Amino acid sequence: MSTSFAPDSVDLIARSLYCERDDRVLFQHLDLHVSNGHLLQLAGPNGAGKTTLLRLLAGLNRDYDGELLWKGESLHKVYSEYAHDRLYLGHLAAIKRALSPIENLRWLMSPWMSEDRDHAVSEDQLWGALDQVKLAGYEETPCQQLSAGQQRRVGLARLAIVPTPLWILDEPFTALDVDGVRWLEEQIQRQVGRNGAVVITSHHALQNIPTLVRLDLGALAEQEGLL
Amino acid sequence: MSLVMATVKRDLLLAARNPGEWLNPLMFFLMVAALFPLAVDPDPKFLSKIAGGVIWVAALLATLLSLDALYKADVEDGSLEQWLASGESLYVLALGKALVHWIASGLPLTLMSPLLGLMMALPDDAFPALLLSLGVGTPVLSLLGAVGAALTAGVRSGGLLLSLLILPLYIPVLIFAASAVYHAGIGMSYNGQIGFLGAMLALAACLTPFASAAALKLNLSR
Repeated sequence: MSTSFAPDSVDLIARSLYCERDDRVLFQHLDLHVSNGHLLQLAGPNGAGKTTLLRLLAGLNRDYDGELLWKGESLHKVYSEYAHDRLYLGHLAAIKRALSPIENLRWLMSPWMSEDRDHAVSEDQLWGALDQVKLAGYEETPCQQLSAGQQRRVGLARLAIVPTPLWILDEPFTALDVDGVRWLEEQIQRQVGRNGAVVITSHHALQNIPTLVRLDLGALAEQEGLL
Repeated sequence: MSLVMATVKRDLLLAARNPGEWLNPLMFFLMVAALFPLAVDPDPKFLSKIAGGVIWVAALLATLLSLDALYKADVEDGSLEQWLASGESLYVLALGKALVHWIASGLPLTLMSPLLGLMMALPDDAFPALLLSLGVGTPVLSLLGAVGAALTAGVRSGGLLLSLLILPLYIPVLIFAASAVYHAGIGMSYNGQIGFLGAMLALAACLTPFASAAALKLNLSR
């Protein structure tokens, strides 16, 4: 996993995005370009539309005007290729409480585990990832017996193994302790360092990454006179 | 494809961990057949006439009881979002979910039905027809019901809405299936009814996953 991504493996462009929710314009004339080595942090006050924008970029929501392009083509046209190349980690963790961390992770990783894909993820890597997020010894404990932070870590364990150049993360620092926060920062640094890209919503101050770009949706809305 | 297989496996594992969820409708099914003779008339001659119909109505209501939970947890915990994010076909996933639902509800109902047949004094000749009609008919119930479950997954207490939506669609299945069992009981051929149920199953298996997939997408575009 130390190999870095090809230089043109991330190319996500948004052109004059416009989005409204409940008769309120969240953003308009929004242009952005995410490419290899970028770290884009979406900031802004609660309700500014961070998660909405993130879900648009992840291709989960088509309720917008403007253009979203992946490698020059409409994102929804090439969606299955796009889905293969990006990891989306939502606000909801998709963890089943009756199942153990390893069973949950096996399901979460199943799109990357089929043999016919290059860099197919192996069962050993799953156990290794749980070890990395300090869940060694809890692999087979039902998740309902784990703390909120530990449950979050099950989802985050994907970051240690998933072989996609683009990560889209929604508030990943929620419920993590100091150690967990440090580990997650390292993962983000590692991803950017190996020429991958990260788009993140967070109130957390990200440091030590020179390519960090902050997009403040609150300030943007003020400029556009939306407030 | 791998996510579908993983989902089927995971859901079966979940059903094994929470047996209450699928045992409850099964108990309901059993109790209807146990209480009916007590409340109406324990005379075998009378019971044998209505046995097929009563068992089918109970099977239908038991299925309805188990449908509400089909997609609800997946919407609430974000599993559905991860499906959509995976880029794999929602059609195949909807088919997989219906299959899991049938394994946890229709299949045990079918396997238990001979016992209910005995309790309701079902004529001996009608047992094969009962098994066959449930074996072909309950997958149709699961497939049709999954569409309603997908539509109401995001609705708080959508159980009532689900019943109202799905019950009319269940009626043709009920008519043909109960008629097959009745005709078998009086020694007549029931091939036609089973054939019709088979045609419904083929149609439902091809078309309902489209509707389920569309309904699931609707749930997520918020």
